[in-house]
Amino acid sequence: MRIELEKRPRPSTLLSVLSPFLALALTVVAGGIMFALIGKNPVAALYSFFVEPLTDVWSLHEIAVKAAPLILIGAGLSVCYRSNNWNIGAEGQFIMGAIAGAIVPVVFHDWHSPLVLPLMLVFGMIGGALYAAIPAFLKAHMNTNEILTSLMLVYIAQLFLDWLVRGPWRSPDAYNFPVTRDFTPEAILPEMIASGRTNYGFAFAILAAVGLWFMMRYTLKGFEISVLGQSERAGRFAGFSSRRMIWFSMLLSGALAGLAGISEVSGVIGKLQPIISPGYGFTAIIVAFLGRLNPLGIIAAGLFLALTYVGGEAVQLTLNVSDKVTRVFQGLLLFFVLSCDTLIQYRVRLVLSGLGRSGQGEAH
Amino acid sequence: MSDVEASGDGPLLAVRSLTKLFGSFTACNAIDLDIRPGEIHALLGENGAGKSTLVKMLFGVLAPTSGEILWKGEPVRIASPAAARRIGIGMVFQHFSLFEALTVAENIALSLPPGISLSKVAEEASRLSRLYGLPLDPNAHVADLSVGERQRIEIVRALLQNPELIILDEPTSVLTPQEADRLFETLAKLKAEGRSVLYISHRLEEVQRICDRATVLRHGKVTGACDPRKETPASLARMMVGSDVAAVSAAGTGARGDVLLEARHLTVPARSPFAVALKDVCLKVRAGEVLAIAGVAGNGQSELFDALSGEYPVSDPAMVSIRGRPAGNLGISARRLIGAGFVPEERHGHAAVPALPLSDNLVLARNQSDRKTFLGGGALGIIRQAVVRLASKRIAETMDVRKSGDNPAAGSLSGGNLQKFIVGRELDRQPSVLVVNQPTWGVDAGAASRIRQALVDLARSGSAVLVISQDLDEIFEVATEIAVISEGRLSDTYPAQSLTREKIGLLMGGMHGETDESAEVAHAHRA
Repeated sequence: MRIELEKRPRPSTLLSVLSPFLALALTVVAGGIMFALIGKNPVAALYSFFVEPLTDVWSLHEIAVKAAPLILIGAGLSVCYRSNNWNIGAEGQFIMGAIAGAIVPVVFHDWHSPLVLPLMLVFGMIGGALYAAIPAFLKAHMNTNEILTSLMLVYIAQLFLDWLVRGPWRSPDAYNFPVTRDFTPEAILPEMIASGRTNYGFAFAILAAVGLWFMMRYTLKGFEISVLGQSERAGRFAGFSSRRMIWFSMLLSGALAGLAGISEVSGVIGKLQPIISPGYGFTAIIVAFLGRLNPLGIIAAGLFLALTYVGGEAVQLTLNVSDKVTRVFQGLLLFFVLSCDTLIQYRVRLVLSGLGRSGQGEAH
Repeated sequence: MSDVEASGDGPLLAVRSLTKLFGSFTACNAIDLDIRPGEIHALLGENGAGKSTLVKMLFGVLAPTSGEILWKGEPVRIASPAAARRIGIGMVFQHFSLFEALTVAENIALSLPPGISLSKVAEEASRLSRLYGLPLDPNAHVADLSVGERQRIEIVRALLQNPELIILDEPTSVLTPQEADRLFETLAKLKAEGRSVLYISHRLEEVQRICDRATVLRHGKVTGACDPRKETPASLARMMVGSDVAAVSAAGTGARGDVLLEARHLTVPARSPFAVALKDVCLKVRAGEVLAIAGVAGNGQSELFDALSGEYPVSDPAMVSIRGRPAGNLGISARRLIGAGFVPEERHGHAAVPALPLSDNLVLARNQSDRKTFLGGGALGIIRQAVVRLASKRIAETMDVRKSGDNPAAGSLSGGNLQKFIVGRELDRQPSVLVVNQPTWGVDAGAASRIRQALVDLARSGSAVLVISQDLDEIFEVATEIAVISEGRLSDTYPAQSLTREKIGLLMGGMHGETDESAEVAHAHRA
């Protein structure tokens, strides 16, 4: 006996549109069951996870702060994924962007100028793009699998950051703690609104998402991306180069991940430390798919996934559950998004093996 | 239906009002069909007429929506190909399912129940291949075999099951005329043994030559059952198409001009182990000419197209010139800008992206050549959807593309209609050079004649047209000059009137092919 996926001749359009919402509903149900199993009241737990953060100005700002990197990275990844380039290493590009951007305030900490911040942002983008250039080069010229190379480079970036803040970049006045100097005020990404912590990273995220949406929807470049993603051969016929597209999509998503990285350390943390991301680069993959690889959808998906971070902290405080609950919710969500999409496109069929019986008596 | 009329004169296989629905689309509509023992029965029809659907139901690949299948008078339910084989139906598919890296015997063993030794399979296969005149070396690797030889594997594989009915789906579409002749001899032997053959084809001459009876399908319905020998090709075509097919008015009358497309000693190494290298290909196409390149599939046609179109440019610019300009190292967009147009063989995923609407598929081929018209916004390159839609509407009207809705997805069009759009997309630019690979492959007769006429007209208006085709009927309809490609080498170019089918067949086989063939027979006898 085996299980087969059979393509549906006419997948329902309505269900395809509803798929992310269906996945959300299933995640909430599964999450409720999980809370019940660990002995917490599921209604109360889900309320403090998903609803309470929305009732408070402080936590709304927290959501925006956490959504900014998710949207920035997710929007860049959507271009990659649409063009059939599977950059899984945004987490590493985020870290390398943060490191490259931090060169200015850490190494040249005596330099005070209004140019510091813009320079940091540009360096951050270059850092992320250069780090993404490694898997791009390997794929375009060595025919390696970018999923593996970009993923493995994440661990290198994490350990490189660890070494930097414990070694050469360790602050002389931090009592041997593994952190760099605090960034000077002109190296801090300012807050957008007086009422809370939301910084300009959020504005970058919205601008990038809207810009990429425009590109995908209206321009020849966007057309090139979707043609090459659907059929490399047709793209070649159109005069598009899939090799150049590897470079374009990887550098673009790397630059946006790098921008997210430097915005995070400059706007939220204010220095470099061994851990600067709660896995934004990986969560952004969920954001990209939950947002249907559409940059506008990614804004909504980014805000929702940010809610899971804030909600996770909330239940940790109020119900005393582990902070791992955030990762569980994110995993459930990706699982349900992908399974909803699959089941809308395909139907599951149990095949009771006909092979064993078929052969008998045919030999002569 | 009584169940006692088995054996004797009753039909071997009878189909009663067999219907297959895909959603609301009726692929087969109440089809009746009788196949008698020991006859070669033709199933005729255009692409999309429902032939493949019908055959898939007979071979257990698809389940019928309603109707019944009677095998020797008994109603049967054929649930799977294995079930079909068990009752005595064998099938040779149009697209072979062979593993190139395995040997002939290994490929055959894969379709048999496990537990039979490979040497026994090889022995049995070579016995059958001798018996039916299908020379085959069981120890040869499939990758090294020609298409005709691969087909023999499929036939031997079907024969090993000792079937009473053998279904052949478009068997000659990949064969040289000589190979086809040999196949017909095999079919005659099978018939003499009392086996029945269901022969699917759209080549009317063949059907007239070898088939005892024919059933004609159109739009999923039986439109005629006849003795093909008593019909003319025109009357058969009428049954298939439902109206008379316009004859293409011959080319060759226009004045010849300058050489617009030229390949000089074009040599390209094979890109993969299973691709063909181009060896010293020289050709010239003048304004007003249609040069047709004949050849059996897989002899370097697609590699030649890739090199001429610039999808895979060559390093030496002088190897290809377009309108007198060296273009060998230019990409496809640059060659289009010089004035060339290209139509590749594969519609889905090469000439068009099936999921995208027609207007986007227009942008696909003309995003640089019509940059000024189709794109706005300067460096942003914003696609002017309204302009593109209007242009694709114009093309659809000129080429009589039948479609549902205003701007449907390319994949929703039938093969013939999509091909008309793809060819029309290039003709709309009035290219001075047009390179077309298999212009009417798998296209219905009406659309094929429309496309061929358009190619002839383009040449008449002073363009150079290069047609790569496996269809000799098509070649004789459109060509002013003919050359033959075989194993990556191109023959000399001959005026179309000076060549016969037989001569082309000999050029297709090539001397090299002949020696191979005899060596192989020797092998088979030794085995």
